Amino acid sequence: MEFIRNYPLFTIVLSLFSGVLCYMLKPAAAKIYTLVFEGLLIGMVGCVLFYVIVTGQPFTYVMGEFPAPWGNEIRAGILEAMIALLFLIVEICSISAGHRFLVIDMDESKRNLYFTLVNLMTAALMALVWTNDLFTGYVFLEILTLTSCGVLIVREIGRTTLAAVRYMILNLLGSGLFLLGVVLLYDLTGHLLMVPMRQTIAELARDPQVLPVLGVAVGILTIGLSIKSGLFPFHFWMPDTYGWASPTSAALLSSLVSKAYIFLLFKTYYRAIGIDVIEQLPIRNVLLVLGIGGIVVGSLQAIHTNNLNHMVAYSSAAQIGYIYMGIGLGTMAGYTAAMFHIMAHAITKSQLFVTTPRLAEVSGGTLKFQDLQGAGLKSKVAGLYFTLGAFSMIGIPIFAGFSSKLLFALAAVGQGSHKKIILVMLALAVSSMLNALYFVMTLIRIFTPEGKLEKDDLRHHHINYHLPMVLLTAANLMLGLKSDLVVSLIERGLSMFG
Amino acid sequence: MITHLWINNEEAVAIILFGIGFTMLLFQKNLLKKLIGMNIMDTGVFLFLASMGYIEGRKAPIITDGVMEAAAYINPVPAGLVLTGIVVSVSVTAIMLSLSVRLYKRYHTLNIDEMYERSRHAAEDR
Repeated sequence: MEFIRNYPLFTIVLSLFSGVLCYMLKPAAAKIYTLVFEGLLIGMVGCVLFYVIVTGQPFTYVMGEFPAPWGNEIRAGILEAMIALLFLIVEICSISAGHRFLVIDMDESKRNLYFTLVNLMTAALMALVWTNDLFTGYVFLEILTLTSCGVLIVREIGRTTLAAVRYMILNLLGSGLFLLGVVLLYDLTGHLLMVPMRQTIAELARDPQVLPVLGVAVGILTIGLSIKSGLFPFHFWMPDTYGWASPTSAALLSSLVSKAYIFLLFKTYYRAIGIDVIEQLPIRNVLLVLGIGGIVVGSLQAIHTNNLNHMVAYSSAAQIGYIYMGIGLGTMAGYTAAMFHIMAHAITKSQLFVTTPRLAEVSGGTLKFQDLQGAGLKSKVAGLYFTLGAFSMIGIPIFAGFSSKLLFALAAVGQGSHKKIILVMLALAVSSMLNALYFVMTLIRIFTPEGKLEKDDLRHHHINYHLPMVLLTAANLMLGLKSDLVVSLIERGLSMFG
Repeated sequence: MITHLWINNEEAVAIILFGIGFTMLLFQKNLLKKLIGMNIMDTGVFLFLASMGYIEGRKAPIITDGVMEAAAYINPVPAGLVLTGIVVSVSVTAIMLSLSVRLYKRYHTLNIDEMYERSRHAAEDR
C-alpha cells in the first residue's frame, strides 16, 4: 500500500521516458505502446484514487528529502487523482478514436513523433495536476504549451500553421503574465511551495496596505491563465485552432489542455493564496462577469458560424465561461460545480471533436453546414455519437451537461447576493436556449435525408472507434445519473484541498 | 511616489520592459518583431527576479572563508529561476522561429494579417 505513494511521480517520469522511447519506435508500435502505457497510467492513478479514498488523507511526496520550505513537492488528494484519471481516460479515448484521421493527416514516416508529443503532453498534464510548487507549475505549463503547439502543426496545411502561430502568441502572452504573477508572489512571500506561501499570505493579508499589491499579483496571474484557457474576451483563437487541427489534437486541446490551465488556477487559488484571501479580492467578480460574457458571446458566435467544427469550438468558449462562472461565484457549491463541469465538458467535447470529421468525410470532406445535409444518415454511427454528445451539451436530463447546469443553478441560489442569483440564472436560461438552438439546428440538418443513401460503410468503424465512443458515452451517463456520487467525491476532495 | 520608484529603479525598469515586450507581442504585425517583443518581455521578468534576488554587500552562497551565518549570503533560488526561465524562453523562441520559417516559405510574407489574407485565397486550405 505504501508503495502507491510513489505513483504520482511515476506517472510524470514514465511519460517523459515514453516520449523518448516513441521517438525510436516505428509508428504502429508507437501507437500500440502509447495506448498500453496510458492504460498502465490509468491503473496507477486509479490506485492512487483508491488509496486516498481509503485512507481519507492526502499525501505529499517530498522530492530529494528536503523538508517543506525548501525542496520540491508533489501532492495527491481525491480531487487531483480524479482529474488525473479523467484526463488519462479522455486522452486514451481520443487517441484511439481519432487515429484513423491522423493516418490521413500525417505522413507515415513522422507518425511516431506524434506519439512522442502526446506522451510529453501527458507528462506535463500529470505534473500540472500533481505539483505543489508554483514554479514547477510554470515550467510544465510551458512544456504543455510547446507540446500542444506540436500536436497542432502535425497537419501540414497553411491554415493549421497560422492557427498554431496565433495560438502560440496568445499562449506566450498568458505564460509571460503567469510568470510575472508567480515572481511577484515569490517576491512578496519568499516561497514557491504552495503551503508555506499560503501561510505567509494569510499573515500579509491582514495588512490593508499589502492587500492591493496582493490583488495586483493575483490579478496578473489570473489574467495569464485565463488567456491560456480561452476565457472571453480571449477566446477568438479557438475556432481556427480547433477547427483546422487533426481531430485527436482538437479533442486533446479542448478537453485537456485548457482544463489543465483552469485546474492550475484553481489550485493556486485554493492552495497557494488561500480561499479566504481570494474572497477579499475583486478578481472573483471579474471572473464571474467574464464567465457570463463568455457564455453568452460564445453561444451567439456558435449560432452565427457556418462551419460545424467552428460551432463546436465556440461552444467550448461558452463552456469555459461556465467553469469560470462557478469559480467566480466563490462558494463551495460554485467550486464543486466548476470541477464537475470540467469533467462533464472534457468527456463531451472530446466525443464531439472525433465524430465531426466522420460527418464531414461522408459529405465530401467539408464541414460547411449546407453540405452536411443528411450526413447523420450517411454515417449512422457518427450521427448517433454526435447526437449523444449534443444532448449532453444542451443539458438533456440523464446526461452530464444537465447535472452541471443544475449544480450551477443550485450554487447560485446557495450564495447570498440577489444580483448574482439573477445574473447567473439569466445566463443559464439564455445559454441553454441558445445551446439548444444551434445543436438542434445541426441535428435537424444532419438527419434530413438528401439524395439516395448509400449504405454506411461499417469498415470505417471498427472496435478502435466504437470502444472509446461507448466508454465516453458511458462516462457521460455516469456523470449524469450518478452525479451525487461524483459531487460527494469532489466535495471530499475540496475539503482535503485546503 | 517618485522616490519609491527611484529606490526600486531596477524593478520599475523591469516592469516597463515587460510592458514594452507585452504590447509588441500583442500589437506588432510582423512575426519577427513579435518574437523580439516576447524576448523583451521575458527579459523584463528575469531582470525583476535578478534584481530582487541580489542584496548589496552579500556574497554568493559558497563557503570559502568559513563564514557560516545565513545573513552573509544571498538566496540562490532567484538565480536558479532566471536560468530555468531562460531555458524555457530559448526553446519557445526556437519553435516560434521555425514556425515563422514554415509560414514564410508558404506565404512569402512575415506580416500576419497578410498571411491570413493569402490563406483565404489558397485552394488547398479549403
